[in-house]
Amino acid sequence: MSEVKKGYVRPLDLKHGRVDMSHGAGGRAMAQLIEELFLKAFDNEWLRQQNDQASFAIQGGRMVMATDSHVVSPLFFPGGDIGCLSVHGTINDVAMAGAKPLYLSASFIIEEGFALSELARIVESMATAAREAGVPIVTGDTKVVEQGKGDGVFITTTGVGVVPPGVNISGDRAQAGDAILVSGFIGDHGMAIMSKRESLAFDTEIVSDTAALHGLVASMIEAVPDIHVLRDPTRGGLATTLNEIARQAGVGMMLDEAAIPVQPQVNAACELLGLDPLYVANEGKLIAICASEHADLLLAAMRAHPLGANAARIGQVHADPHHFVQMTTGFGGRRIVDCLSGEQLPRIC
Amino acid sequence: MKYVDEFRDGEVARGLAAAIAQEAHPQRNYSFMEFCGGHTHAISRYGVTDLLPPNVRMIHGPGCPVCVLPIGRIDLAIQLALDRGVTICTYGDCLRVPASESLSLLKAKARGADIRMIYSAADALALARAEPQREVVFFAIGFETTTPPTALVIRQAKAEGIGNFSVLCNHVLTPAAISNILESPEVRQYGTVPLDGFVGPAHVSTVIGSQPYEFFAEEYRKPVVIAGFEPLDVMQAIRMLVRQVNEGRAEVENEFTRAVTREGNLKAQRLVGDVFELRRSFEWRGLGEVPYSALCIRREFAAHDAEAKFALEYRSVPDNKACECGAILRGVKKPQDCKLFATVCTPENPMGSCMVSSEGACAAHFTYGRFRDIPLVAAEG
Repeated sequence: MSEVKKGYVRPLDLKHGRVDMSHGAGGRAMAQLIEELFLKAFDNEWLRQQNDQASFAIQGGRMVMATDSHVVSPLFFPGGDIGCLSVHGTINDVAMAGAKPLYLSASFIIEEGFALSELARIVESMATAAREAGVPIVTGDTKVVEQGKGDGVFITTTGVGVVPPGVNISGDRAQAGDAILVSGFIGDHGMAIMSKRESLAFDTEIVSDTAALHGLVASMIEAVPDIHVLRDPTRGGLATTLNEIARQAGVGMMLDEAAIPVQPQVNAACELLGLDPLYVANEGKLIAICASEHADLLLAAMRAHPLGANAARIGQVHADPHHFVQMTTGFGGRRIVDCLSGEQLPRIC
Repeated sequence: MKYVDEFRDGEVARGLAAAIAQEAHPQRNYSFMEFCGGHTHAISRYGVTDLLPPNVRMIHGPGCPVCVLPIGRIDLAIQLALDRGVTICTYGDCLRVPASESLSLLKAKARGADIRMIYSAADALALARAEPQREVVFFAIGFETTTPPTALVIRQAKAEGIGNFSVLCNHVLTPAAISNILESPEVRQYGTVPLDGFVGPAHVSTVIGSQPYEFFAEEYRKPVVIAGFEPLDVMQAIRMLVRQVNEGRAEVENEFTRAVTREGNLKAQRLVGDVFELRRSFEWRGLGEVPYSALCIRREFAAHDAEAKFALEYRSVPDNKACECGAILRGVKKPQDCKLFATVCTPENPMGSCMVSSEGACAAHFTYGRFRDIPLVAAEG
């Protein structure tokens, strides 16, 4: 232990303080922010090494790596915030390869003037999400941009994971005859966010479904190791994600509208705003595609997990050179379920 | 969802479909125009045409306010936003309408224009009230449904003396457009567009009532059935139209009795009359100049009329030469008859107005129905 007394540094004012340019300048203020906020919250053996990189041993096998930037507005929304969202989002991207997520990195771009109290809330929420998921944040970065050049805070997380032997999950593996399953109610996250947007705030009890899905994925793989495709339908919703898979695998799909689980309050809010729940974002749901003979087993495994309690079989894959995703409507007709065009904009009347 | 699912019930739909198939005479064709974009959207989204017998055909009409908005009007808004630093507030549907120089309000926004998407005219007024230093223009569009709320904010702005708020008025009138279609040579003279009746507007009729359509039924001998925007409403209206045709009647009937009366909403009509007057002529995309087919703001509210306040001069801009929106809006052609459809004109990159709003005939067909244009591959498994 050094004999020299450490110079006094006034602790960060997490109640009233604000982020200023010095917090990103690489000097004392930045070191203090990292130490008193990030290190304290994310604390783990890799971070404690205080190197510019995290160093860890890996087992053999196939590794996956995914990255995701989060720019959500508002930063705090019913059911979550940008912090837990940024952890769940990347864990899910890793998990959709059937991988066990191992480590995360987190990079912050913070706008000058951002309240330290809000930053602390977000960091706490990330730490909790990472702890609950059992995936430590092992390295990170902080930048500060001038006021007006950011939107509070942007967070980019990167994750690595290892795929268990024998698992081969990929968007191009969907094939004619396969069953399409979804792990629960769709549209919750997007509608929760929209209900809090300044321009159209409305009262609702809809909360975001943000959640880490690797546990659900693990139990699904245990039941059916040969799952063909897994993907989380985030931006663009169920419809856009299914179209991506259809194109990637060169197949068509037929959905059954009546089988797609949507909460009544999400349906009602969509109705009110002229939106279609099929295009609304999810942050804690996944689509699974498997051979039709495995579908019942897989569905049972999903339903046995708390994050898949409302899972449903919603359609099947067929051969179609046009790669159309179609749907039998509850009304009895048929329609295309296309990709989202541009942003989903509300209709006038 | 209560009060919604009841109107989307598949079993009732099958019953209605069977009734229509039974009542429609197999030896003749029935061509009905649904005037409103709301109906076009419902028909496409729920696959209503799949439930109709092949001799009952629906023609998509011009009742989508975004689709009939001419390029020149959007240009005015963009000009205000980009050159005069005005904040433009408008409904989400308007943002992607293609304008001159490959612009749209959304693209103008990317060039630094202050364009805000709002849900209600009141939001635009609230913005002007909250930020008096900001010049706010509400780009108002729509048929009779959205006109009363616009009238209300203009009256309110005057009463409160909100000097930084004005309205660029593009409100158009349904009866004028129906007359225009019925008077078109294809319908009246050559008969190349067979038109046996109309599914009448839902929300528009809640305001203007069913009375204004009586003239069309009498003068042009065309049955009109006013219908709600739910798919079962549309099916029921089609059945009522088939009956009228079979019985040789041409009357105005009201399927949407839960919301529409013969007189309509008198209070709203008075409000609209107080604030607006008829425009001598207005350009419709697809239909061209249509006399007395739109509204402008009365002189006593000129302080809140963006056209007067900023001395705007309207310049008509022709559509792309190959674009068939005009013929499609009049029912003369179908979306798939247009060379641009699904080639250079798609919802991502709309050339013509019918591709812009999801209520437009082309967008609805592209988004929900284009699989019908190509032979279907049988589903396996």
